[in-house]
Amino acid sequence: MRVLTVRELTSHIKSLLENDRLLSGLWVKGEISNFKRAASGHVYFTLKDHFSCVRVVMFRSRARRLLFQPEDGMSVLVRGYISLYERDGQYQLYAEELEPDGAGALYAALEKLKSKLAAEGLFDRERKRKLPRFPRCIGLVTSPAGAAVRDMVNITRRRWPVARILLAPVTVQGENAPAEIARAIALVNKLAEVELIIVGRGGGSLEELWAFNTEVVARSIAASRIPVISAVGHETDFTIADLVADLRAPTPSAAAEMAVPDRLEVRRSVDAYCTRMRHHMRQCLAVYRQRLEYCTKKRVLVKPAAALCDQRRQTVDLLARHLRQGAAENLRALNSRLSLLTGRLHALSPLATMARGYSFTTGPDGGVLREAAQVQIGDPVTVHLYRGMLECTVRNKRESSN
Amino acid sequence: MTFEEALQRLEEVVNRLEEGNLPLEESLELFAEGIKLTKYCNRQLEEAEKRIGMILEDENGNPVIREEEL
Repeated sequence: MRVLTVRELTSHIKSLLENDRLLSGLWVKGEISNFKRAASGHVYFTLKDHFSCVRVVMFRSRARRLLFQPEDGMSVLVRGYISLYERDGQYQLYAEELEPDGAGALYAALEKLKSKLAAEGLFDRERKRKLPRFPRCIGLVTSPAGAAVRDMVNITRRRWPVARILLAPVTVQGENAPAEIARAIALVNKLAEVELIIVGRGGGSLEELWAFNTEVVARSIAASRIPVISAVGHETDFTIADLVADLRAPTPSAAAEMAVPDRLEVRRSVDAYCTRMRHHMRQCLAVYRQRLEYCTKKRVLVKPAAALCDQRRQTVDLLARHLRQGAAENLRALNSRLSLLTGRLHALSPLATMARGYSFTTGPDGGVLREAAQVQIGDPVTVHLYRGMLECTVRNKRESSN
Repeated sequence: MTFEEALQRLEEVVNRLEEGNLPLEESLELFAEGIKLTKYCNRQLEEAEKRIGMILEDENGNPVIREEEL
């Protein structure tokens, strides 16, 4: 009998296992225990039921694609193959896929991630950043091939050619997609000029949209300094990326429509402002012109001399007339008073009486004599006649009491 | 000045003018500014970017942009 080395034995068993049709591709159902994620990213656990257990390893590349966080005690379905780990001489189940056991398990896992992120506040409305109204530079994180990028570029160009488009090419499905997308979002964030990011892809199966349901992509969107629009799949697809993004667009085309304004509309509103302004200015000037005209038509400006002097001249005329009238009136009054007084004076004048032969006598002191007692015999007296005077001497006097 | 700032200022200018009660000199100044802003906005709207920049990563993990016609 041939003696084998341990190594020979081990590799023989290994080849037996690997060539078995059942063992090279199978689903195994069981409960997780001793779950460990190594620093390398590989995942190790034991799958067990009431009777037995088997060691399971899931390599990093596969483990990264996990939609849920496996935990001890969780019932799962593992797809993979059986092989031998030669160093330990132990057979293992090499897992390629891991799903929670039970109906809608994938959705349940999704829900779990969702509630975890929700609990952290990643979906909170207050976190949503305001999108720029007129973005000048847009970063697209998507596959450079395919209809989605073409649609986004075409629509952006048509609506808002002002914007510069920067494309961060990534694969949007497959095992590298989540890491690439997350890395690209971080990379775009290093570009100061980018004002808006659209991250997305066209429609596909849940499996194909899977990258947009991963934690790493969700966190990169949350960490983005630049506002993010998610544009994943079709109208009905709702991913975790959509929940974290600042705005969810139902499709990539819709994302482009939402990201940029229509240039024609913007131009129309600029023109409308301009028209309003011109209209207002015309009106404003018309009002000023009217006011100016009103003023210039005023008499005082048209015929300043007339306006300023006429009135005054009229007053002067009136006063002059009054003065003349007053003076004449006064003169007439004085004249009539004079003639009245003259008449009266005339009536009182002794001359008329004297003309008839009367005379009066003045004494030596010049006073008019009324009584004989006023003079003494021998006194010189003057007799005043109508015409002329007589110088006389009193020879005798007869006094009378009456 | 960004397009948005220009448009916002234009909006403000029009509203202030329409509110009225401004001295003529100020109105005329605002109007002149508004016309300038209109021209600026329209010039900005005329601009069209034909190329697409591809964002690539250099060995230090920094973004590099390569222009491409698309």
